[in-house]
Amino acid sequence: MVVTCEHVWREISDYLEGEVSPEMRAAMEAHFKDCKHCQAVLDGTRNVLTLYGDDRAMEFELPAGFDQRLKRRLAQEVAAGKPRSGMVWMLAVAAGALFVGSYALARAASPVEPLLSEHAQPGVGVPGGLLVQVDSDGKLYHVPGCDYLHVKPHENPRSMTAEEAIRAGYTPCVRCLRRYLLQSKIWRTQAGEGLENQIWVSSGQPGL
Amino acid sequence: MPGKWTVTKPADAGDRSEEELIRRVQSGERERFYELVRPYERRVYAAAFAILRNEADAEDAAQEAILKALQHIKQFRAEARFSTWLTQIVVNEALMRRRKQHGNVMEPIGERQEEDGSYTPRDFADWREIPSESLERKEVRQNLAKALASLKQQYREVFVLRDVQHFSIEETAEALGISRASVKTRLLRARLMLRDLLAPGLGGGFFARLPFEKGSKPW
Repeated sequence: MVVTCEHVWREISDYLEGEVSPEMRAAMEAHFKDCKHCQAVLDGTRNVLTLYGDDRAMEFELPAGFDQRLKRRLAQEVAAGKPRSGMVWMLAVAAGALFVGSYALARAASPVEPLLSEHAQPGVGVPGGLLVQVDSDGKLYHVPGCDYLHVKPHENPRSMTAEEAIRAGYTPCVRCLRRYLLQSKIWRTQAGEGLENQIWVSSGQPGL
Repeated sequence: MPGKWTVTKPADAGDRSEEELIRRVQSGERERFYELVRPYERRVYAAAFAILRNEADAEDAAQEAILKALQHIKQFRAEARFSTWLTQIVVNEALMRRRKQHGNVMEPIGERQEEDGSYTPRDFADWREIPSESLERKEVRQNLAKALASLKQQYREVFVLRDVQHFSIEETAEALGISRASVKTRLLRARLMLRDLLAPGLGGGFFARLPFEKGSKPW
């Protein structure tokens, strides 16, 4: 059996899996001896498997805050799995709170949607009037111009106030909004409470 | 809850301490679970990211998988390695999410025609040495991740399951709901595409011409 380069490229993956017939294997091995191009493809493909197959290959940095968020979720899970003696009492209180809460919600003109991701946090301290943009297919809201805003090609980002975004179930972007909140804390101490909100909303672009 | 999670042993203290830790968590010390998963956090996240390619979704899937592992820790049997078990949970979680999103991430129809099992290498750069020690370098790992992320979803998933997570061909076919033949065809293309992307840099200038841009090659 004689094989061409095209044959070899078609079978090379199976060859590496050890899934070619003995005749094909022999023919390919003969070909590799004579064809340095195919030998290079074989060596390179084998290297790809060695590198990606190594446990170290896929260990890259976790997003900022990953650990904290994971610990919080695990702590909630652990706490939820531990029934206490006061459980019944707490349930009763919770049910009461839920009743009052749902009553208040029903009265509200625009009810708050559940978060698009059940484990997300709505964001604490984001001024309701802040102009934000939301991902077109995602779950996050961003400061306008954030690099991590995902918008489908040929679409413009949707803008709304932070309050509307939270109502719609969006979660703050951990990058731009964290930065915004850190900066606005400084602004608040410099410019005084209340003023800070106006400044950000009127300028539209909080200087990222 | 800072201070609640205490690490009493280093992450690489060995299998025996891991077994011991698993036993403790299984018998009720659930607050020590973080200690158990800590050495694998990055790997779990990376597996989710390789499938979902989006930081927020990958984090959510990774954390959800870790929570599920805690909820089902009693089902874990010592015959399997804990890391393998955990990885399988995260891969399932990520694939489930990907299927849910699938409606708005359709691949172009033309893709089907490409699946005839042939692929012509674009480059014949020589790459004999395996620079395994280079994996210690962060930028090398980042470039491997970028090259992988630049593959189309159908190729990326098959490669991640078979060649990164070491699923068998059958397990890969089952996890993705495709035929064994499709797995092999896609695997062939994925492997050769990655070689095309990496060989000129790794074999010659050693990543000098990286980083990659999705869909285009800098050389």
